[in-house]
Amino acid sequence: MIVASFLTISSRNILRAAVYLLFVLGATAGLYFMLNFNFLAAVQLMVYSGGIVVLIIFSILLTHQINTILEASSVSKKLITGGAVTMLASVFLWLVMSHKYEISTEKITDSSVNTLGLMLMNFGENGYVLPFEVISILLLAAMIGAIIIAKKFTHD
Amino acid sequence: MIEGIDITHFIVLSASMFFLGVYGFLIRKNMITMLMSLELMLNSVNVNFIAFNIYLNPDFLQGHFFALFIIGVAAAEAALAIAIIIFLYRKFKTINIENSNLMKY
Repeated sequence: MIVASFLTISSRNILRAAVYLLFVLGATAGLYFMLNFNFLAAVQLMVYSGGIVVLIIFSILLTHQINTILEASSVSKKLITGGAVTMLASVFLWLVMSHKYEISTEKITDSSVNTLGLMLMNFGENGYVLPFEVISILLLAAMIGAIIIAKKFTHD
Repeated sequence: MIEGIDITHFIVLSASMFFLGVYGFLIRKNMITMLMSLELMLNSVNVNFIAFNIYLNPDFLQGHFFALFIIGVAAAEAALAIAIIIFLYRKFKTINIENSNLMKY
């Protein structure tokens, strides 16, 4: 998974980068399946691998980029960025490793689709009906916005 | 919970994915590649939420729901970003980030 994500950002052929991204997202879905989060893994497969990667490949094709080799960024830029990112990552990893986690040994609540649906529609305690409605409005707004942005303007 | 796998493994995995995404976001100029790095970062955050939910707080499903809503927001964001990219391509015939300075002033 790490190898595939490294290839995603380092591959210079943009279509190959998209396919490596597909591998990363599929591997994440497999991770969720192994953790028994079946619904989340299915959503990940459908929305990420099925939707977003296909959208990205479509946009690559629409912008005639299929044979483009991305220009390599300059060595100094790579070094500066890599150094800064490595510094941040090492500080982060040091913090993570030095923290003591209180691992809970309770049994995990079942995450079947039945429970999830009841919780999504529940507005009492542990109910998620407000974010559910908010995200539906967000998706509608994104859809309208995408149509308006991408439609052809005739006057210019 | 998978037997024999610690929470640190998950955190190291998601951290390396996240920082690889940051690195890819910073070194590339092509907008579609930057968008792919962004998806990588969002995905790593999802892995982190799931790991915390399972290992630290298993009697609720908060991390699970958070990951679900993040996936929804990521889908909306990707659709909008690709609409903007296609519009910019029509206008400038390129999708390099430094050529699109229309809103700069």
